[in-house]
Amino acid sequence: MATEILMPALSPTMEEGTLAKWLVKEGDEVASGDILAEIETDKATMEFEAVDEGVVGKILVAEGTEGVKVNTPIAVLLEEGEDASAAEAASKPAETQEDEDGTKAATESASKPEAKAPAKAKSEKAKSEPDAGAIPEPDWPEGTELKSQTVRECLRDAMAEEMRRSEGVFLMGEEVAEYQGAYKISQGLLDEFGAKRVIDTPITEHGFAGIAVGAAFGGLNPIVEFMTFNFAMQAIDQIINSAAKTLYMSGGQMGCPIVFRGPNGAAARVGAQHSQDYAAWYAQIPGLKVAMPYSASDAKGLLKSAIRDPNPVIFLENEILYGKSFDVPVLDDYTVPFGKARIWREGGDVTIVSFGIGMTYALEAAGRLAEDGIEAEVIDLRTLRPLDYDTVIASVKKTNRCVTVEEGWPVSSIGNHLSATLMERAFDYLDAPVINCMGKDVPMPYAANLEKHALVTTDEVVEAVRQVTYR
Amino acid sequence: MAARKTTAKKPNVSGDELKQYYRDMLLIRRFEEKAGQLYGMGLIGGFCHLYIGQEAVVVGLEATAKENDKRITTYRDHGHMLACGMDPKGVMAELTGRQDGYSKGKGGSMHMFSKEKHFYGGHGIVGANVPLGAGLAFADKYRGNDNVTYTYFGDGAANQGQVYETFNMAALWQLPVVFVIENNQYAMGTSQERSTSTQDIYKRGEAFGIPGEMVDGMNVLSVKEAGEKAVAHCRAGKGPYILEIKTYRYRGHSMSDPAKYRTREEVQKMREERDPIEQARDMLLTGKHASEEDLKAIDKEIKEIVNASAEFAKDSPEPALDELWTDIYAKEVPQGEAV
Repeated sequence: MATEILMPALSPTMEEGTLAKWLVKEGDEVASGDILAEIETDKATMEFEAVDEGVVGKILVAEGTEGVKVNTPIAVLLEEGEDASAAEAASKPAETQEDEDGTKAATESASKPEAKAPAKAKSEKAKSEPDAGAIPEPDWPEGTELKSQTVRECLRDAMAEEMRRSEGVFLMGEEVAEYQGAYKISQGLLDEFGAKRVIDTPITEHGFAGIAVGAAFGGLNPIVEFMTFNFAMQAIDQIINSAAKTLYMSGGQMGCPIVFRGPNGAAARVGAQHSQDYAAWYAQIPGLKVAMPYSASDAKGLLKSAIRDPNPVIFLENEILYGKSFDVPVLDDYTVPFGKARIWREGGDVTIVSFGIGMTYALEAAGRLAEDGIEAEVIDLRTLRPLDYDTVIASVKKTNRCVTVEEGWPVSSIGNHLSATLMERAFDYLDAPVINCMGKDVPMPYAANLEKHALVTTDEVVEAVRQVTYR
Repeated sequence: MAARKTTAKKPNVSGDELKQYYRDMLLIRRFEEKAGQLYGMGLIGGFCHLYIGQEAVVVGLEATAKENDKRITTYRDHGHMLACGMDPKGVMAELTGRQDGYSKGKGGSMHMFSKEKHFYGGHGIVGANVPLGAGLAFADKYRGNDNVTYTYFGDGAANQGQVYETFNMAALWQLPVVFVIENNQYAMGTSQERSTSTQDIYKRGEAFGIPGEMVDGMNVLSVKEAGEKAVAHCRAGKGPYILEIKTYRYRGHSMSDPAKYRTREEVQKMREERDPIEQARDMLLTGKHASEEDLKAIDKEIKEIVNASAEFAKDSPEPALDELWTDIYAKEVPQGEAV
């Protein structure tokens, strides 16, 4: 019986990919383990092997096709003796994929309609991004040319621009150089800057974080990439005790100009040890600055500011956001200051405060609420230390209601802190208790359905807004 | 690359040099005794780890340093600061938590720094200064100069995991760092025998290809000789070097340690037979490099310096309350000057 070969998921966060190259053609015999095709994911180009033996009956997706959803049939494999008609029959279901024009750029993926392919694990994540150009007050001058770029590209550009600007800036971390980055953030940097400035480390976070802090004490400007912030727990003593406190302990003599960056929070289906949001942890530490961008332009502008900052900066990225595209201003030197929130959407009924990937839920909820006539003002904090209290308080004084959204755990969260601050500084303006929409108070489960429930959801944000607006 | 034990041949140092080492060691000894006194009077608080007995280590190694070499150590750091030329007044005033201390009173005994003297602390977390020291060496290698970083730590820290992560990277990247293990034989109250599976710590670099040596840390000339070899190795671009310097602290781990884990006789024997300052004194006198009068003059000078530092540290005001809120974030952007 003919079997379909489906587009494989080759990374935890992959939802679609590019069928870069077929290494077999119709009529070829293949054995289990033979390489069928090269598939480009958001992170790397991977070889895709045959599981069954047979004859390639029909290739359904031509090479070079971008944006092929996971689980889309890409070829039909015939058993010995079957003829091509079996392939025709088997490929029928693929017609449901006709909305795939096969040429859409990956940068449009965010606004693509949901694929009809089965087993969409992360359907919540693929909803449309708001148009950055339409936000009330963008950080760039009116009339600035914009181009669509992914968060990933912006992070790389930010590092490259700062490395060009200052010889003392260098990047170190696991797989940042020859592998081109575990998440492809440092792609191309080794080629441009060489092994002196783009440095592969052994898998020893505690040690290399300490070495980088020492190099910063010595006057260099290290960028340390943690493959994910989960692994930075191995190094957290160096981050807090050495990097954050030394300026103070030295009476101002010894600063530590360093950036610790990498993906933070839940990716997808990687379980408890690889899915933790550290925003509240680091935001608690005096001496550290903490950025957690949502959009690509903020990723770029804030990372450039972080690299120039004479203080240790924790730069919390998000794996799911890496592949998302946003409008980014085409400017020679685009920076975003720390401590200045961005209002993504103006509204008078409720203030929704979020940051990082939480903005996905906040904006989605605001869109849905608007359909029901509830106008939410959506604030992206962008940096958690310093934190732009004034923008939040001014908004709450206008809306009299506040909902916070974050992926981290509830106890001692950023939302808790904002609630307390609003109680102290805007108590008389509140018409309802502040509600914190949070990740659930559990280690991250692996099962897809449980994971979805463990994370904050758009439904929860919508429900919270209904509660505080009594509507 | 093999690690080995050495018995130091006496290197040729001039009488003046030896006199200088004697003076520097004596300064540390008297300073620490004074610090102990001030602690007893309640003028110094918190943890205070005295360097008495270990003076030859840092004085012998400082004798091998050149301008722009860096040093970093743990919390038993007073001796290192004095040996690299930091002002005893500023150190003592930091111990008393006053405005004129090196950290404006905000660091204390364990956290002092001097960028001017290339002293990078003063770190309170056991083992944490080891990667930091390698990082300082990394910065020098990055710039392409021949500076060396002396990274001091104890026999206790030598069991920390991050030390071995650092050995690996320091060897891999050929960093110009001398790892100085000041083995005073007790990690707080736990003797080396009770904490360490193999006793020769200097051999622990072998797995990484780092040469190591055991050194008599009670003899300043032995330390200097070993230090010269280690520093030359680093300066020549051959990567890190390990010196395990056998030494002994006479006092408790900190001021609050009654030191019940060793006998009084053990301490007494070390003081009487191996004391580094007495050894230097004997060499000066028997070699006719100095007379009793010369040494008395030195003693007197040191006493005056130490007393002056104590007076200064008592008189210096406590930091202004608004110092609470300064130095949390740096404002100037130190870009451009980096390389």
